[in-house]
Amino acid sequence: MQKLSRYITLLALALFSFSAKAQQMPEVEMADSLRENGKIFVVIIIMSLIFIGVAAYLFNLDRKISKMEKGQ
Amino acid sequence: MKGIWWKLLGPLLILYSISMGLYGPVPRLPILNETIRVLYYHVPMWFSMIAMMLASLIFSIQALGEKEGADLKAFEFARTGFLLASLGLITGMVWARFTWGAFWVNDPKLNGTAVTMLIYLAYFVLRSSVEEAQKRARLAGVYNIFAFVMMIVFIGILPRMTDSLHPGNGGNPGFNQYDLDSNMRPIFYAAVLGWILIGLWISQLRIRYKKLRDAKTI
Repeated sequence: MQKLSRYITLLALALFSFSAKAQQMPEVEMADSLRENGKIFVVIIIMSLIFIGVAAYLFNLDRKISKMEKGQ
Repeated sequence: MKGIWWKLLGPLLILYSISMGLYGPVPRLPILNETIRVLYYHVPMWFSMIAMMLASLIFSIQALGEKEGADLKAFEFARTGFLLASLGLITGMVWARFTWGAFWVNDPKLNGTAVTMLIYLAYFVLRSSVEEAQKRARLAGVYNIFAFVMMIVFIGILPRMTDSLHPGNGGNPGFNQYDLDSNMRPIFYAAVLGWILIGLWISQLRIRYKKLRDAKTI
Protein backbone atom coordinates (compact mmCIF):
# COMPACT_ATOMS: atom_id res chain seq x y z
CA MET A 1 0.00 0.00 0.00
CA GLN A 2 2.76 2.35 0.96
CA LYS A 3 4.60 1.43 -2.17
CA LEU A 4 1.56 2.20 -4.32
CA SER A 5 1.06 5.63 -2.75
CA ARG A 6 4.70 6.33 -3.34
CA TYR A 7 4.27 5.53 -7.03
CA ILE A 8 1.22 7.74 -7.23
CA THR A 9 3.12 10.61 -5.67
CA LEU A 10 5.96 10.08 -8.11
CA LEU A 11 3.54 10.08 -11.04
CA ALA A 12 1.82 13.21 -9.78
CA LEU A 13 5.12 15.00 -9.36
CA ALA A 14 6.24 13.91 -12.80
CA LEU A 15 3.04 15.30 -14.30
CA PHE A 16 3.53 18.49 -12.34
CA SER A 17 6.96 18.94 -13.80
CA PHE A 18 5.51 18.56 -17.28
CA SER A 19 2.99 21.30 -16.71
CA ALA A 20 5.68 23.47 -15.17
CA LYS A 21 7.84 22.95 -18.23
CA ALA A 22 4.93 23.80 -20.50
CA GLN A 23 4.40 27.02 -18.60
CA GLN A 24 8.06 27.90 -18.78
CA MET A 25 8.10 27.92 -22.56
CA PRO A 26 5.33 30.17 -23.79
CA GLU A 27 5.44 31.45 -27.34
CA VAL A 28 7.91 34.34 -27.30
CA GLU A 29 6.28 37.52 -28.44
CA MET A 30 7.90 38.96 -31.57
CA ALA A 31 6.79 41.66 -33.99
CA ASP A 32 5.43 39.09 -36.43
CA SER A 33 2.56 41.17 -37.77
CA LEU A 34 4.97 44.03 -38.50
CA ARG A 35 6.74 41.68 -40.90
CA GLU A 36 3.58 40.04 -42.24
CA ASN A 37 1.92 43.25 -43.37
CA GLY A 38 5.19 44.61 -44.72
CA LYS A 39 5.29 47.77 -42.59
CA ILE A 40 8.80 46.75 -41.54
CA PHE A 41 9.92 47.95 -44.99
CA VAL A 42 8.86 51.47 -44.05
CA VAL A 43 11.24 51.32 -41.10
CA ILE A 44 14.00 49.83 -43.25
CA ILE A 45 13.59 52.48 -45.96
CA ILE A 46 13.61 55.36 -43.50
CA MET A 47 16.65 54.12 -41.59
CA SER A 48 18.47 53.44 -44.86
CA LEU A 49 17.63 56.93 -46.16
CA ILE A 50 19.03 58.55 -43.03
CA PHE A 51 22.18 56.49 -43.30
CA ILE A 52 22.53 57.25 -47.02
CA GLY A 53 22.26 60.92 -46.13
CA VAL A 54 25.09 60.64 -43.63
CA ALA A 55 27.23 58.69 -46.13
CA ALA A 56 26.54 61.28 -48.84
CA TYR A 57 27.67 63.99 -46.43
CA LEU A 58 30.93 62.12 -45.88
CA PHE A 59 31.40 61.72 -49.64
CA ASN A 60 30.84 65.42 -50.14
CA LEU A 61 33.34 66.25 -47.40
CA ASP A 62 35.87 63.89 -48.95
CA ARG A 63 35.43 65.55 -52.35
CA LYS A 64 35.91 69.02 -50.89
CA ILE A 65 39.05 68.00 -49.01
CA SER A 66 40.42 66.35 -52.17
CA LYS A 67 39.86 69.60 -54.07
CA MET A 68 41.70 71.59 -51.40
CA GLU A 69 44.57 69.09 -51.46
CA LYS A 70 44.89 69.54 -55.21
CA GLY A 71 44.83 73.33 -54.86
CA GLN A 72 47.89 73.27 -52.61
CA MET B 1 38.75 60.37 -54.89
CA LYS B 2 41.30 58.15 -53.24
CA GLY B 3 40.21 54.65 -52.23
CA ILE B 4 36.68 55.04 -53.52
CA TRP B 5 36.02 51.28 -53.49
CA TRP B 6 36.28 50.82 -49.76
CA LYS B 7 34.48 54.10 -49.14
CA LEU B 8 31.56 52.65 -51.09
CA LEU B 9 31.90 49.19 -49.56
CA GLY B 10 31.57 50.46 -45.98
CA PRO B 11 28.17 52.17 -46.42
CA LEU B 12 26.91 49.28 -48.57
CA LEU B 13 27.75 46.76 -45.86
CA ILE B 14 26.00 48.91 -43.26
CA LEU B 15 22.94 49.32 -45.49
CA TYR B 16 22.86 45.54 -45.80
CA SER B 17 23.05 45.20 -42.02
CA ILE B 18 20.28 47.79 -41.54
CA SER B 19 17.86 46.13 -43.96
CA MET B 20 18.62 42.47 -43.28
CA GLY B 21 19.15 43.19 -39.59
CA LEU B 22 15.60 44.45 -39.33
CA TYR B 23 14.03 41.98 -41.74
CA GLY B 24 16.02 38.75 -41.35
CA PRO B 25 15.09 35.87 -39.06
CA VAL B 26 16.35 35.92 -35.47
CA PRO B 27 16.00 33.41 -32.62
CA ARG B 28 12.89 33.88 -30.51
CA LEU B 29 14.23 34.48 -27.02
CA PRO B 30 12.29 35.62 -23.95
CA ILE B 31 13.12 39.03 -22.41
CA LEU B 32 15.23 39.92 -25.46
CA ASN B 33 12.35 39.53 -27.92
CA GLU B 34 12.96 41.79 -30.93
CA THR B 35 15.70 43.71 -29.16
CA ILE B 36 18.10 40.91 -30.10
CA ARG B 37 18.49 42.89 -33.34
CA VAL B 38 20.35 45.56 -31.38
CA LEU B 39 23.30 43.18 -31.63
CA TYR B 40 23.74 44.29 -35.27
CA TYR B 41 24.11 47.93 -34.27
CA HIS B 42 25.47 48.02 -30.74
CA VAL B 43 28.21 45.37 -30.84
CA PRO B 44 29.89 46.61 -34.09
CA MET B 45 30.51 49.91 -32.29
CA TRP B 46 32.81 48.09 -29.87
CA PHE B 47 34.48 45.97 -32.54
CA SER B 48 35.20 49.04 -34.66
CA MET B 49 36.30 50.99 -31.57
CA ILE B 50 38.89 48.32 -30.81
CA ALA B 51 40.02 48.39 -34.46
CA MET B 52 40.45 52.19 -34.27
CA MET B 53 42.40 51.92 -31.01
CA LEU B 54 44.59 49.23 -32.57
CA ALA B 55 45.35 51.55 -35.50
CA SER B 56 46.04 54.31 -32.99
CA LEU B 57 48.47 52.03 -31.14
CA ILE B 58 50.33 51.17 -34.35
CA PHE B 59 50.70 54.84 -35.29
CA SER B 60 51.82 55.64 -31.75
CA ILE B 61 54.59 53.06 -32.03
CA GLN B 62 55.56 54.63 -35.36
CA ALA B 63 55.51 58.05 -33.72
CA LEU B 64 58.02 56.80 -31.15
CA GLY B 65 60.20 55.85 -34.11
CA GLU B 66 59.97 59.54 -35.04
CA LYS B 67 57.92 58.97 -38.15
CA GLU B 68 56.47 62.20 -39.44
CA GLY B 69 52.72 62.67 -39.00
CA ALA B 70 52.21 59.40 -37.13
CA ASP B 71 51.37 61.21 -33.90
CA LEU B 72 48.51 63.08 -35.57
CA LYS B 73 47.21 59.83 -37.07
CA ALA B 74 47.33 58.09 -33.69
CA PHE B 75 45.39 60.96 -32.14
CA GLU B 76 42.69 61.06 -34.81
CA PHE B 77 42.18 57.30 -34.76
CA ALA B 78 41.80 57.38 -30.99
CA ARG B 79 39.26 60.18 -31.39
CA THR B 80 37.17 58.15 -33.83
CA GLY B 81 37.47 55.18 -31.50
CA PHE B 82 36.23 57.34 -28.67
CA LEU B 83 33.26 58.49 -30.73
CA LEU B 84 32.35 54.88 -31.55
CA ALA B 85 32.78 53.91 -27.89
CA SER B 86 30.47 56.73 -26.81
CA LEU B 87 27.82 55.56 -29.27
CA GLY B 88 28.30 51.98 -28.09
CA LEU B 89 27.93 53.02 -24.47
CA ILE B 90 24.78 55.08 -25.05
CA THR B 91 23.09 52.40 -27.18
CA GLY B 92 24.15 49.78 -24.66
CA MET B 93 22.57 51.76 -21.83
CA VAL B 94 19.25 51.93 -23.64
CA TRP B 95 19.41 48.21 -24.40
CA ALA B 96 20.31 47.41 -20.78
CA ARG B 97 17.36 49.43 -19.47
CA PHE B 98 14.91 47.18 -21.31
CA THR B 99 16.61 43.82 -20.86
CA TRP B 100 18.55 44.02 -17.59
CA GLY B 101 16.22 46.57 -15.99
CA ALA B 102 18.54 49.55 -15.44
CA PHE B 103 20.58 51.98 -17.50
CA TRP B 104 23.70 51.11 -15.57
CA VAL B 105 24.37 47.87 -13.73
CA ASN B 106 27.52 46.95 -11.87
CA ASP B 107 28.72 44.71 -14.62
CA PRO B 108 32.52 44.39 -14.95
CA LYS B 109 32.30 45.10 -18.66
CA LEU B 110 30.37 48.34 -18.18
CA ASN B 111 32.68 49.60 -15.46
CA GLY B 112 35.71 48.49 -17.44
CA THR B 113 34.46 50.43 -20.45
CA ALA B 114 33.91 53.53 -18.35
CA VAL B 115 37.47 53.30 -17.02
CA THR B 116 38.80 52.75 -20.55
CA MET B 117 37.05 55.84 -21.82
CA LEU B 118 38.48 57.89 -18.97
CA ILE B 119 41.94 56.55 -19.82
CA TYR B 120 41.53 57.74 -23.41
CA LEU B 121 40.17 61.10 -22.24
CA ALA B 122 43.38 61.47 -20.25
CA TYR B 123 45.30 60.72 -23.47
CA PHE B 124 43.54 63.58 -25.25
CA VAL B 125 44.23 65.93 -22.35
CA LEU B 126 47.87 64.88 -22.15
CA ARG B 127 48.43 65.30 -25.86
CA SER B 128 46.83 68.72 -25.99
CA SER B 129 48.81 69.95 -22.99
CA VAL B 130 52.21 69.74 -24.70
CA GLU B 131 53.08 72.50 -27.15
CA GLU B 132 56.27 71.26 -28.70
CA ALA B 133 55.55 68.72 -31.46
CA GLN B 134 58.38 66.24 -30.90
CA LYS B 135 57.91 66.12 -27.16
CA ARG B 136 54.18 65.74 -27.67
CA ALA B 137 54.64 62.84 -30.08
CA ARG B 138 56.88 61.02 -27.62
CA LEU B 139 54.75 61.60 -24.50
CA ALA B 140 51.44 60.85 -26.21
CA GLY B 141 52.93 57.83 -27.96
CA VAL B 142 54.16 56.24 -24.75
CA TYR B 143 50.90 56.96 -22.96
CA ASN B 144 48.82 55.59 -25.83
CA ILE B 145 50.62 52.26 -25.66
CA PHE B 146 49.70 52.04 -21.97
CA ALA B 147 46.13 53.10 -22.76
CA PHE B 148 45.73 50.28 -25.29
CA VAL B 149 47.06 47.69 -22.87
CA MET B 150 44.73 48.97 -20.16
CA MET B 151 41.81 48.78 -22.59
CA ILE B 152 42.56 45.13 -23.33
CA VAL B 153 42.79 44.42 -19.60
CA PHE B 154 39.61 46.27 -18.71
CA ILE B 155 37.32 45.14 -21.48
CA GLY B 156 38.97 41.95 -22.66
CA ILE B 157 40.42 40.21 -19.63
CA LEU B 158 38.82 41.37 -16.37
CA PRO B 159 35.18 40.75 -17.46
CA ARG B 160 36.17 37.18 -18.29
CA MET B 161 37.57 36.61 -14.79
CA THR B 162 34.25 37.20 -13.05
CA ASP B 163 30.59 36.84 -13.88
CA SER B 164 29.21 39.31 -16.34
CA LEU B 165 25.77 39.89 -17.76
CA HIS B 166 27.29 40.12 -21.18
CA PRO B 167 27.21 36.87 -23.13
CA GLY B 168 30.54 35.16 -23.65
CA ASN B 169 31.98 36.43 -20.39
CA GLY B 170 32.76 34.61 -17.18
CA GLY B 171 35.03 31.70 -17.95
CA ASN B 172 36.88 31.52 -21.20
CA PRO B 173 34.74 31.65 -24.31
CA GLY B 174 36.11 30.39 -27.57
CA PHE B 175 34.65 32.07 -30.59
CA ASN B 176 32.66 28.96 -31.48
CA GLN B 177 31.05 28.87 -28.09
CA TYR B 178 29.73 32.32 -28.76
CA ASP B 179 26.13 31.38 -29.28
CA LEU B 180 25.53 33.58 -32.26
CA ASP B 181 22.79 32.20 -34.46
CA SER B 182 23.97 31.11 -37.91
CA ASN B 183 21.35 33.38 -39.54
CA MET B 184 22.71 36.35 -37.62
CA ARG B 185 26.40 35.73 -38.24
CA PRO B 186 26.80 37.11 -41.81
CA ILE B 187 24.76 40.23 -41.04
CA PHE B 188 26.73 40.84 -37.87
CA TYR B 189 30.11 40.44 -39.55
CA ALA B 190 29.02 42.69 -42.42
CA ALA B 191 28.05 45.34 -39.87
CA VAL B 192 31.40 45.01 -38.07
CA LEU B 193 33.40 45.36 -41.28
CA GLY B 194 31.19 48.20 -42.50
CA TRP B 195 31.61 50.21 -39.31
CA ILE B 196 35.37 49.61 -39.27
CA LEU B 197 35.53 51.04 -42.80
CA ILE B 198 33.39 54.03 -41.79
CA GLY B 199 35.68 54.58 -38.81
CA LEU B 200 38.73 54.50 -41.09
CA TRP B 201 37.06 56.95 -43.44
CA ILE B 202 36.14 59.46 -40.73
CA SER B 203 39.65 59.25 -39.28
CA GLN B 204 41.22 59.72 -42.71
CA LEU B 205 39.04 62.77 -43.42
CA ARG B 206 40.00 64.34 -40.10
CA ILE B 207 43.70 63.62 -40.66
CA ARG B 208 43.60 65.20 -44.12
CA TYR B 209 41.74 68.21 -42.78
CA LYS B 210 44.25 68.69 -39.96
CA LYS B 211 47.16 68.40 -42.37
CA LEU B 212 45.63 71.05 -44.63
CA ARG B 213 45.03 73.30 -41.65
CA ASP B 214 48.56 72.88 -40.35
CA ALA B 215 50.01 73.57 -43.80
CA LYS B 216 48.05 76.82 -43.92
CA THR B 217 49.20 78.13 -40.53
CA ILE B 218 52.89 77.49 -41.16
